Parts: sequence; structure tokens; C-alpha cells
Amino acid sequence: MAICVGAKTRVICQGMTGHAGTYHTQRMIAYGTKIVAGVTPGKGGRKALDLPLFDTVREAKAATEANASIIFVPPANAGSAMIEAIEAEIPFVVCVTERVPVLDMIRVRQALEGSKTQLVGPNSQGLLAPGIAQLGVMTTVNTRRGSIGVASRSASLTSEVVAQITEAGLGQSTTVGVGGDPVHGIDLKTCLDLFLDDPETQGIVLIGEIGGTEEEEAAELVARLKPQKPIVALVVGRHAPRERRMGHAGAFMAGSAGSAESKIAALKAAGIHIVPNASAVGETMRQALAEWGVSA
Amino acid sequence: MHVHEFLAKELLARRGVSIASGRVAESAEEAEKAARAMAHDQYAVKAQVHAGDRLASGGVRFAGSPAEVGAAAAEMLGRPLVTRQTGPRGEMVRWVYVEEVVTAQTNLYVAVAVDRAVGEIVVLGSRSTVDESEPNAIQERGELHRLPVRIFDSQGTAGFTALARQIAPAEADADKLAELLQLLANSLIELDATLIEINPLAFTADGEFVAIDAKMTIDDNALFRHPDLAAVREADAGLDSDPTELMADRRHINYIALDGDIGVVVNGAGLALATLDSLVDVGGRPANFMDVRTTATSLDIAFAFDLVLANPAVRAVFLNVHGGGMQRCDTIVEGMAVAMRRSGRILPLVVRLAGNNAEFARDRLKTFGISFVEGASIADAAQRVVQVVSKEVA
Repeated sequence: MAICVGAKTRVICQGMTGHAGTYHTQRMIAYGTKIVAGVTPGKGGRKALDLPLFDTVREAKAATEANASIIFVPPANAGSAMIEAIEAEIPFVVCVTERVPVLDMIRVRQALEGSKTQLVGPNSQGLLAPGIAQLGVMTTVNTRRGSIGVASRSASLTSEVVAQITEAGLGQSTTVGVGGDPVHGIDLKTCLDLFLDDPETQGIVLIGEIGGTEEEEAAELVARLKPQKPIVALVVGRHAPRERRMGHAGAFMAGSAGSAESKIAALKAAGIHIVPNASAVGETMRQALAEWGVSA
Repeated sequence: MHVHEFLAKELLARRGVSIASGRVAESAEEAEKAARAMAHDQYAVKAQVHAGDRLASGGVRFAGSPAEVGAAAAEMLGRPLVTRQTGPRGEMVRWVYVEEVVTAQTNLYVAVAVDRAVGEIVVLGSRSTVDESEPNAIQERGELHRLPVRIFDSQGTAGFTALARQIAPAEADADKLAELLQLLANSLIELDATLIEINPLAFTADGEFVAIDAKMTIDDNALFRHPDLAAVREADAGLDSDPTELMADRRHINYIALDGDIGVVVNGAGLALATLDSLVDVGGRPANFMDVRTTATSLDIAFAFDLVLANPAVRAVFLNVHGGGMQRCDTIVEGMAVAMRRSGRILPLVVRLAGNNAEFARDRLKTFGISFVEGASIADAAQRVVQVVSKEVA
């Protein structure tokens, strides 16, 4: 099985009647995703794309038994849309919206504490379980159902890496984009945990980049659990333009973490295979599987 | 968006934070006039740049008279200031802030910031200031105290008081300091700031806490809620940073000028970072960082190519596109063709096209009559473009 979604996933789309919402809902339906309703305040009772529209997530959930939501609401209201889905106890939520204010995300994080919701995003391409469901805006060309789990901080690199995995004769169990914003829903570590628990997933690819501490935290988890599945990681930004610093608070919070070197060192120390460059992910995974004696 | 000290202080003063009296000046004459109007015994003349560590780099100077203020301002204005936080190019000084010198009994460090790793707001405080020459010393001595702050909850003042007790010069001053810390936390939320740092915060003989410096960063994504600050950003960016970066931002392009000779156009930030890594690994020198965001139209992309073609240092262009669900290969190629036609500058082009509509984009390139070399992978294309450039040089 895939992680987070399955054959029984029933999806509502918040912001479905907008330009992006309409376009991508059509794509997701064409892919075979079970979209059951749209939510747009003020348009309840009408229909769009042959689907019923509701004013609120709660009403949509009650009428359709939806258990997932994908959000295309513009930045100013995306935070409220996420909180609405969390309060309606939707188990799985993806937010695609880019440029959500960071303090809105802190409010969302507070709403997530102790909730029943798993949030992916914002600023995420979403989740794809090839052949099962697409909750996102990623390309589906060059994807194939298989046993490699991909968790990524970068949407564009995910497409690249997924294509390489398929090219290497492998396939994907699930690909998840955790989103490019500093404060977001599930992180690399959580994805890793879900993939380790998933019997279908035989190998895991982590795609990281400079900034934040997610890669270091994932490395810590691997060092602690010593999982019996090969994990490979690509960290980009070794030669990124240097950011200007403003004061000391940033350094106090991140410590020595954040640089590509710090991340690569931590991942390597945890026994994770490091991909030397962005073109070598498929090959590194193939070698890692062979080394571990896993047929995938 | 980084906010200059003078504006940060004004924003904080409006919310009740004590600051030293000061005026901003654009010229040496203005600075001298400002000092005369303020009539203090001692002045600090401070370069307005978006970076710290100014004192050690000559970006903060002291003056005993208005004439000396003018002389100090003349030495700073119109020149880049390089500090250990600016990078080697430094930052141009357009304004100085002329301020009265506050005599402190002791100096503290306080900050409120968004901690991205934890996803929460934190207040940081220490009973001594933080110095660039040993930034981690305070942390190593266990003198940096941390308080997480929640947004909705009426959490009361207990946390602030506890933190204030740990860093206040004396027990009796803790309540006043706690009030200030809360004020800073509220200001961060009100202003959609991600950082407010006061280093140093002076404690005076009169028992007052006075902000001697202020560093403030506002969340660009929240500027729609703060039209006044958005206007400042526009005005500031026109003068202050590389204007091409702001122009590009308006066109849904992230662009950072670098000093190499290979123009780079990529869709997506992660892929763009990967492209720079691959180029540098094989000895290439990128002329820029570029990430074409998914919302960019073909005309935005044409503008992005204009930027690359307008850079005289560029000897070859490396186009790396992985077409996704939102940005297809052909849109990017179309934008490129428009730019190449209108610029008339013919540069060697190495492309790497994959994903959504890659085949169609290849055909489009051919119909446009643009000649190109194609790489089979990012690494292969990087290799090829480096070869092209080295031939050019030879």
C-alpha cells in the first residue's frame, strides 16, 4: 500500500472553483483520484465539474464522507482553510498554495497539535501514489507503481528523481513533497517513519536542501532506529549563493545545522547513502538495493 | 524584507518601546543639521545597512560635535560597508542615523523570532550583549535563555516574567523588562515580522531599558497585510539592492547575480540549486542563480532570459527544465525564443529538457530555428556547457 492514501481515499477540494483548483481537480480526476466535492464559501448548493459544492468543510465531510482534502485557496486565506480542515477532523490534508505568511503557518501548527490531521504543505506539489491516487499538482509522466518511497523538500527535484527511479527499472510506492516553506506540516522525518512502517516500500529516497534542520532530524531518527531498508539522500545547495545574515538570532536557533555540509555529514554518519549529484539518484538507489540484497 | 534600523526603531517606538532620540540623514550636511537640532553632548553616527557587526567595521562612529557628525557621515555615505555579516561586496550606505549616545549601566541581548525548525515564535534573551567575534560564547556559557510564545492563547505574563528574571540586571527591574519582552512579541505578531533583535538593549542609570540597535525582518509573504511596509520595500529596493532582483521577483522569477560566465535558467528552486552544484562540480562558473516559479508565464520567462542575455559576462546559457504539472517545458522554451529574437545576441545554448512536454519543447526549439546542444542528464549537460565555455575562452 501507499502511505497516507489508499483505495478508500475520498477527497474534497477547498478552493476548487478557482483557476488552479479547477484545472488540477480535472487532472486529479483524470488520474483516477476519487474527488467527491468542492468547498467554496458562498457557492454551497451549486455544482462544478459535476461535483457538489459546499460552503464549509464540515458540511462537505458530513455529506460525502470525505477523508482527505486538497487546498488551492489563495495565500491570504490558505491558513484559515487549513485550520478549517483540521477542525473538521479531516485525516489527511494537502495544501498546494505558495506564499502563505509564516505566522499563519504557526497558527496552523498550533491547530495541528493533538489533532487527528496529517498535513502536507503548504507550498507543496502534494502526494502521488502511482496508480492509486494523485493529491497534488505534480507531473505523472515517468512515474510507475513500485516500491521506492520518495520524500522531498523540492517539487522540481522530485520530478527529476522520480523519472530517474523509473529509468532505473524501479517504481514508486508514494512520493511526498513536504513543501518549500520554513514552517509546514509533515517533515522528512515523519515521511521516513511512515515509509519504514509501509511493507510495500523497500527503499527510501530523501531529497533535502540547505536551510532548516529536517535532514539532521531525519538522520537522527535513522541513527536511532537502524532500519532494515536502504535509504539514499540527495542534498542540494552545496554551491548556493551565500545568504546575508541579519544579527544572531538565526544562528542561535539553528546552531551549526542548515548547511549542505552539516546535513550530508549527519546523514552519512547515520549510514544513509549519499547521492553525489542530482543525476545519480536512480543509480545510487539501484546500487543500495543490491548492496542490501533487496529486490525491488 | 529587512527593515533599516531607523524604520525598525520608529515602528517599535510607536508600540511603546523606548529608543534613543535620533534622526536619519541622506547627506553629510543633513547629518550635521540633525545633530545641531538635537543638541546632545555625544552622538553616534550609524550606517544604515541590513547587517550587523557595524561597530567593528567602522559603520558606527562617535562624534562630540555637529561638525564631527558631518565629517563622520561624509566618510560613510555613498560607499559600501563591509562587515562580517554582509559578505565581501558589502552594502551601499545610503543613509546614516544620527543618534544621541545613551550611557548604559549594563547592556543586554533580546530578540523575538520565528524558529523555523520548531515552527514556533521564541523570545531569546541574555544578560550580556552578543558580539560577532564570539557569537556562540553566550550560548556555550549557558547564558542564552529561550521562551516559546504561542499566538492565540492569552498566556499571561508568567513566561515573560520568568525569562526577564533570568536576564534582568536586578530583581527589581524584571517586571519592566517582562513588559518590554511582551511588547516585542506582540510587535512581531502585529507586524508579521520574523525577527526583531535588540542588541544591545541598554539599561540606564534611571532604570530604563532603551533599544540602542534594532534589526527587523518582515515576512515578504505577509506584505499584502501591510501596504505601508510594502511601499517601503518598493522604494528601498529601487535604491538599495540589485534592482534586477526586484524586477525579476515581480515576474515570478527568483534571480541572484553571481560572478561567473554561464547563464543559468532553471524551473524550481531545488532543481536550480542542484544545477549550480552540478556546474561547479565540473569546474563551471554560474553567472546567476535563477528559479522560474510555477506561476511564471512565457512572457515572464522571456524577461528572465533578457536578464541573462543582458549580462555581458555570460558566454553560454544552460537551460535546465523538468516540466512539472504546473510549468511545462514548452512554455519555458517559448519564453526563451521570444527573448533571443528581441535581443539578437546569439550565445551557445545547452539544454536539458525532461518531464512534461519535453518532446514538444524540443520541436518548438527547432521550429524557432534556435540551435542547441542537448545533455542527456543534468550532469551531462553541465559537462557540455563547461566544454563550450572553455572553447570560447580558447
